[in-house]
Amino acid sequence: MTAEVLLQGIVSGLLMGLVYALIAAGLSLIFGLMEIVNFAHGEFLMVAMFTSYWAWALWRLDPLVSLPLTVCLLFVLGAATYWGLIRWILDAPMLAQIFATFGLAVFLRSAAQALWGVDFLVVKSPLAEGRISVGGLFLGLPQLVASVGSLAAFAGLHWFISRTETGLALQATAQDRQAASLMGIDTQRMFALGWGIGAACVGVAGALLSMFFYVFPEVGATFSLLAYVAVALGGFGNVPGTLVAGVVVGLVEVLGGLLIAPALKYAVVFAIYLVVVLWRPQGLFGRF
Amino acid sequence: MTTPLLDIEGVTKRFGGLVANREISFQVGRGELVGVIGPNGAGKSTLFDLLTGFLAPDAGHIRLDGVSIAGLRPDEISRRGVGRTFQKLKPFGGMTVLENVMVGAFQNTADPRQARAEAERALESVGLTDRAHAHARVLSTGQRKRLEMARALATRPRLLLLDEITGGVDQRGIPGLVELVRRLHADGTALIVIEHNMRVIMGISQRVVALHLGEVIAIGPPATVTSDARVIEAYLGRAYAG
Amino acid sequence: MRSRLGSVAAWVLLGAALAFPLVFTLPYPRDVMIRIFLYAMLATAWNVLAGYCGQISLGHAVFFGTGAYTSTLLFQQDWLGGWASPWVGMALGALLAALLSQIIGYPVFRLRGHYFAIATIAVGEIVQTIVINWDAVGGARGLFVPIKRPDSLANFQFHESKQTYYYIALALLVLAIGISRGIVRSRTGYYFRAIREDQDAAAALGIPVARYKQRAMAISAALTALGGTFYAQYVFFIDPESVLPLSLSILVCLVAVLGGVGTLWGPILGAAILVPLGEVTRVQFGGTGKALDLVIYGLLIMIVSVVQPGGIMALLQRGSRRS
Repeated sequence: MTAEVLLQGIVSGLLMGLVYALIAAGLSLIFGLMEIVNFAHGEFLMVAMFTSYWAWALWRLDPLVSLPLTVCLLFVLGAATYWGLIRWILDAPMLAQIFATFGLAVFLRSAAQALWGVDFLVVKSPLAEGRISVGGLFLGLPQLVASVGSLAAFAGLHWFISRTETGLALQATAQDRQAASLMGIDTQRMFALGWGIGAACVGVAGALLSMFFYVFPEVGATFSLLAYVAVALGGFGNVPGTLVAGVVVGLVEVLGGLLIAPALKYAVVFAIYLVVVLWRPQGLFGRF
Repeated sequence: MTTPLLDIEGVTKRFGGLVANREISFQVGRGELVGVIGPNGAGKSTLFDLLTGFLAPDAGHIRLDGVSIAGLRPDEISRRGVGRTFQKLKPFGGMTVLENVMVGAFQNTADPRQARAEAERALESVGLTDRAHAHARVLSTGQRKRLEMARALATRPRLLLLDEITGGVDQRGIPGLVELVRRLHADGTALIVIEHNMRVIMGISQRVVALHLGEVIAIGPPATVTSDARVIEAYLGRAYAG
Repeated sequence: MRSRLGSVAAWVLLGAALAFPLVFTLPYPRDVMIRIFLYAMLATAWNVLAGYCGQISLGHAVFFGTGAYTSTLLFQQDWLGGWASPWVGMALGALLAALLSQIIGYPVFRLRGHYFAIATIAVGEIVQTIVINWDAVGGARGLFVPIKRPDSLANFQFHESKQTYYYIALALLVLAIGISRGIVRSRTGYYFRAIREDQDAAAALGIPVARYKQRAMAISAALTALGGTFYAQYVFFIDPESVLPLSLSILVCLVAVLGGVGTLWGPILGAAILVPLGEVTRVQFGGTGKALDLVIYGLLIMIVSVVQPGGIMALLQRGSRRS
């Protein structure tokens, strides 16, 4: 274990961490709005990755080029999920809430499997390809583009939430649903918007990931777990907190794999989840 | 001198920068009925949470029969004879009224038949016998309040904490609840009653503790406390303090 | 009146179940019934923790796998000499599962609701990953249960006919239901339900919440593990894909949820519908049948949670309620 390998790992973890942060931000946004965990978040990512893949396979569109399409599609998917499913279980017992999105996750994952099989698909020769060397370290260009893109999207999300009128309305709805509606904010629209934006975040992440990650129906599963951990770490509902949290998760994943065992890296991540939610339920920066 | 049933001394609880309870001290004797009043935000419910183990104090002592109970779990404190109702009612919605109360009764017996008998007795004392087989979630607010009391009563507490039982109950229902509390008191149960309704407090309390912004501002017989200038100022503002 | 009707129905069904293999002597219908019994039993076990006690575990396959692996390893490796009968393995598997459940429960039960559910998924995934990478227990290749002829109850294997398997599976189901029913009527059952309804109110009434959650977990885990051993002795091959996957945890949940969470009959109803349904999709769609199964399961889960979280039992009770 040389210092170089370690350093390489840290940089790699940092880059991936930014992508995790974006995925987690969407999840955190949804939870902050209505206290529902979207168990299908990883599957939304999978749908985004498949969209990018098929845009490339069918029309030779690079993931970066088809990114706007993917984002729009995911936005629609998120909003439609709210209108068609979540809207009915807002005040339902928790069992129903858990199972609703869980059922969606199962549905999406197996539909993908039934349609496209279990093979690992990959986008070949994307626009962002190859490696660049920075101070002796090698950074994969796709990974670099993905993390910069994620960071940009994250910044955009943060700007939207804190600086635009709609974003503030969203925050108001998250803090107090009744008060917000008394102020004339259409809470149903806010919820649908929240789901749309949360899914759109994942759309960006998925499009970026498809440049260098294998695309297959089960891909959502591991990202889900990492996203849950990041959200718990950052504080459920705390979107800015997920940036740091995502990076931490990325680092833990890589370092866990390097220092302990590659097969157990997710065990390490899960251990972090447990430690966080037990010792500090509100996360590192949480609200409650 | 006999040990008081409950001895609270210098109890303080902070949430970040907010001091919810500051140096609260008072005692409750065996079988005594103490009323607790104070405007919203005075720290009354926090005090109940501290007494029943849902929160742990940052400073001070809480002693039940001379033994410290601060920091114990809620179920441990309950088994030592402290019962409570919640301001935000917590019925076991999916269970029937009788089953709800049986859960309380099971504290003193493992036999379902005995628990059932005890529960039926508790239901009768609060006047809910005719609703015994209804699901708790269909009850009205007043009925739910009675259910919470019956449930706590079934554990046979020595000290019962009632949190705003007249809140949300219409005028006609209040005398019945007051009568119920009087009967409990007559049976020898010690009670601490949080109330906003001054007439109720005046009518049932032997002593009253007035809280404001987390501190005790007056303790004494009801008439004295409710005419105390500081208490009036806390509730109604300086102009009314006379 | 309703419960007497229920009792009569139960005895009639039991009688029919006992007579079934005498009428249907071909292996296929018996196999379907065996699987209905097995899933009903697993769902009943899950119900104790999730339905009655309200702790939604989405990783119950862990305990199924524990049962399967324990009895198989014991039988295969002959560690206990002559005592390595799968029945001993079954008992040991149940014990180990209960123990494992306590270890898992200790940290995980401090979580509530969604966070708890996520943690159970994670535990399931982690355990499956560990076993896949653990060669000593067969890794991804799995384990074969040694075949010993002739058929014998002691060796828990029968090759000539499925009849004995049928009765064992039925007995396991009856056992699970019996335990479930016993719990519901006892103080433990009331405490479980109180915890499900409102944990804080339960604690304020003197219930040591964590202790009872662990108890529910142990019972649920042990029963599930029994099913795991049965499966191993029925199919003669186990691997992480067949006894530890998330899809198994999902299916067990779905059986209970569709039929009616927190009811005695729900798991049986759910299994009686879902197992034949799985058969239909398998026959119709062949290989892709497995993925299609899950598509349908996903849809069903969504529909049930939106329309009637109480499952079929709730629908039936709504219909029969007298005003």
